[in-house]
Amino acid sequence: MSAAKKGKLANYWAASCGGCEIAVLGINEKILDVAEAFDIVLWPVAVDAKVHSIEKMADKSIDLCLFNGAIRTSEQEYMARLLRRKSKVMVAFGSCAHEGCIPALANVSNREEIFQTAYHDTPSTDNPNGVRPQTETEVEEGKLYLPLFYDTVKTLDQTVEVDYYLPGCPPEPERIWDAIVAILEGKLPAPGSVIGATTTVCDDCPRTREEKKIKEFKRTWEIIPDPDICLLEQGLVCCGIATRAGCGALCPTVGSPCIGCYGPNEGVEDFGARMMTALASVIDSDDPEEIERIIQEGIPDPIGTFYRFSLAASQLRRKTLEGLDPSGASA
Amino acid sequence: MSEKVGVYICHCGSNIAGVVDVEDVAKFAGEQIENVAVSRDYKFMCSSLGQELIEEDIRKEGLTRVVVAACSPHLHEKTFRRACANAGLNPYLCHMTSIREQVSWVIEDKAVATEKAKAMVAAAVKRVELHEELEPSEVPVNPNTLVVGGGITGIQAAIELADAGYPVYLVEREPSIGGHMAQFDKTFPTLDCAACILTPKMSDVGSHPNIHLLSYSEVEDISGYVGNFHVRIRKKARYVDEEACTGCGICIEKCPKKVVDDVFEAGMGYRKSIYRPFPQAVPNWPVIDTESCTYFERGKCKACEIFCPTEAIDFEQQDSYIDIDVGNVILATGYDLFDARKVPQYGYGRLANVFTSLEFERMCNASGPTEGKIVLRDGITEPKSVAIIHCVGSRDENHNPYCSSICCMSALKFGHLVMEKTDAEVTSFYIDVRTSQKGYEEFYNRLLEEGMHFVRGKAAEITDAARQPGEEGKLIVQAEDTLLGKQRRVPVDMVILMSALEPKADAKDVGLQFGISCSMEGWFTERHPKLDPVATMTDGIFVAGVAQGPKDIPASVAQGAAAAARVQGMITAGTVEIEPIVATIHEEICSGCKICNNLCPFNAIEFLEDKEVSYVNAALCKGCGTCVAACPAQAISGAHFNNDQIFAEIGGILYDAIGGNGAKAPAKSKEPAPA
Repeated sequence: MSAAKKGKLANYWAASCGGCEIAVLGINEKILDVAEAFDIVLWPVAVDAKVHSIEKMADKSIDLCLFNGAIRTSEQEYMARLLRRKSKVMVAFGSCAHEGCIPALANVSNREEIFQTAYHDTPSTDNPNGVRPQTETEVEEGKLYLPLFYDTVKTLDQTVEVDYYLPGCPPEPERIWDAIVAILEGKLPAPGSVIGATTTVCDDCPRTREEKKIKEFKRTWEIIPDPDICLLEQGLVCCGIATRAGCGALCPTVGSPCIGCYGPNEGVEDFGARMMTALASVIDSDDPEEIERIIQEGIPDPIGTFYRFSLAASQLRRKTLEGLDPSGASA
Repeated sequence: MSEKVGVYICHCGSNIAGVVDVEDVAKFAGEQIENVAVSRDYKFMCSSLGQELIEEDIRKEGLTRVVVAACSPHLHEKTFRRACANAGLNPYLCHMTSIREQVSWVIEDKAVATEKAKAMVAAAVKRVELHEELEPSEVPVNPNTLVVGGGITGIQAAIELADAGYPVYLVEREPSIGGHMAQFDKTFPTLDCAACILTPKMSDVGSHPNIHLLSYSEVEDISGYVGNFHVRIRKKARYVDEEACTGCGICIEKCPKKVVDDVFEAGMGYRKSIYRPFPQAVPNWPVIDTESCTYFERGKCKACEIFCPTEAIDFEQQDSYIDIDVGNVILATGYDLFDARKVPQYGYGRLANVFTSLEFERMCNASGPTEGKIVLRDGITEPKSVAIIHCVGSRDENHNPYCSSICCMSALKFGHLVMEKTDAEVTSFYIDVRTSQKGYEEFYNRLLEEGMHFVRGKAAEITDAARQPGEEGKLIVQAEDTLLGKQRRVPVDMVILMSALEPKADAKDVGLQFGISCSMEGWFTERHPKLDPVATMTDGIFVAGVAQGPKDIPASVAQGAAAAARVQGMITAGTVEIEPIVATIHEEICSGCKICNNLCPFNAIEFLEDKEVSYVNAALCKGCGTCVAACPAQAISGAHFNNDQIFAEIGGILYDAIGGNGAKAPAKSKEPAPA
């Protein structure tokens, strides 16, 4: 990595938890190599930079933008569009930007319901005047603005064009480093690709696997799983079968079923649908009533189980807005 | 490069055109669907002129894709694929959409039907654009055939094939071939003796150089695919050395142990512990029944061994296994008889003189337990009156809804035999008398003339509780005579129950083993009930005889011969084409999770231990898509049914749908969010 032609790097954080930022720092001392290779022009968590200075940069003058977080407000959308315009390579970094992740579970609701819960209904809320966030507020000093909160959480690529995806909640530091090296060395796959494996977590999982026949789904607190046998065969809903490899099968290795944070495998259109058809195929019963019982008792929250990370990117995308309280603008 | 699609809308006479505005659909396709170069409607697309229309357009207009909107692809997909191939277009670049079965036959409203037809055509065009060229593969056909079941059906099939010069392995579970027919006395409607027409065929089988008869044997395992099956057969231990045994029968004579013969004699007679089911058994080597044999029970006796002149008795014999390769399989596994005890009101097993039809067959048989004398359970008394009850366990929603097909004629035959051999009066209690085959109605008329009585009404009860004078000591059949419209009580000495034919108890397991399906009742499912009655959905597996559904001897023989003819066709062709519409597992994506391993209905998926990935054997795969849907990693793709093709089809069908909120947009759309 030569310092001669130092590139420009922007990191940004939209609707996300901050874990992706920490994950970038998880590459440890290699962050110095990154700093050597790039001028960091924007990284709100670590570097003092202003939006207006980005706005003034020439288009495509940032070499690489690692954008984490989903898009749920007008400000996030603005930043996504701005950084897209200014960057040569836009990477949807982490599950939120890639497929919506936890924030996108809000897509089973809408802004009105969320506001109602957050600003009125929760037991800890004390809001006697019923104040809600306004996009514009007049104060003595002038007008204050807040971003518009959308009904729908979107992935980054539902907002702007994305060049690459780095999956994971968060991406593992080793995979982040691999991706940075690939970008620096110009050894990138075709634009639009996910930078990662093309197989699933099972490939890295040390547990033995046999043909699957499931009589009962178990919640994690219900059993102490056998340390050597496939968790799914023991009735735990392990999403490793559908989840892209990359984490090294961390969770199933220590007895905790995969929750699917690395997203769907290469080519999969809909993670949740894949999980559901796979599990439906191996339920060991021909009796519709028994099957109903196995599913109802074992999987009380199908969206939270199968679309925990991918609702925004799925074919469902969101609960239909028809039937939801429509007060407030649509997304 | 965009495709040039030809769209052809069939009128199917008035079948489609009577409901769908075919001209409007053709106009719509030509004007409003992208990439449609030619769009026509025609009276009968399947006619040679219709096909020529397509061929000419492919040649002159340079069509690269063809859509035919007509009947179900089940009927004419092959026709139109062939037409495309004739004109040099890969046949898999043609797609049929059904606007008859799925539109004109199910929708009355013309406007609605026309709109649906348009959507179907749009879907077909969108899909066909993404079709890929596919090439069927060819595999050789092994000329050996496995026939499972040595009843009259299996015998007929085996002889047909063997006479044509092809090797046959005939596997029979029982010690002798012959099946149910060997138990019968006379056969309807000609009343020729069953044994007289069956045993020559049996000895033919026994001595035919092209038939390897494996009696007292069962198919243990089958793998492979059409043309190339590997079969493992378990030859059960007879405890008799087949090489040494001459079939002299001294062992049987000398065996001191007699047991009730529940199988061949239907419990009416006895056999020894070392036995053959009947004198003309083929092969004629006896079998030791270890459950009753004194030696196997107590370690003593060995009378058979002592008297055997050729030292053929071998108490140490074990089951042995034979591995064979065959190209095709004919399943002629026959039926079980309905257990009449399940209809307690008819008293079978409780009232001594209630007999099943099979018991009565044995009784009538000259070599049977009563040497052909028709007598009551006491073995001496000739009945003065006999009632025959039809539909016991069939045409009965409590048991089997279907008609067993043969019982009416058997009942007439029984009536004749009773009246021929005794002075008894015979009364038949029937729901309908069904005599639809050649010579059957004449036989019915003959019985009417001979004086058999017929009461139209399902018997409600058979009881020995006398209520009226003349009923003492009799069996009373209580039934509503639906022609007279009144209840009748008919006292008789003997009752014969015409038990239903039922699928073999293990028919579903056998179906699973051979990769074919069964109907709800358990009869093997044929490929097409009218046009392909002996083939199954699994290539190379044929069914014949009652295993496919109740039928009489002529029909069983016809099916046995038909199945043999189908197999001969396969052998003569020498090779068989394997459909290219199969699933493929991409090794680099598969993580070996084994979700798919036990899902394949055709056993086409195996796990490669060395590579730790699953693998689809293309020759076995039928392209059903079960594994494709189940694979959580999408490591399995189904040719001709890939995601892009299916999504394109869905997109086409929704061509006029109004865009709603984001949830309705197709998955891949990356429309920008509103600012």
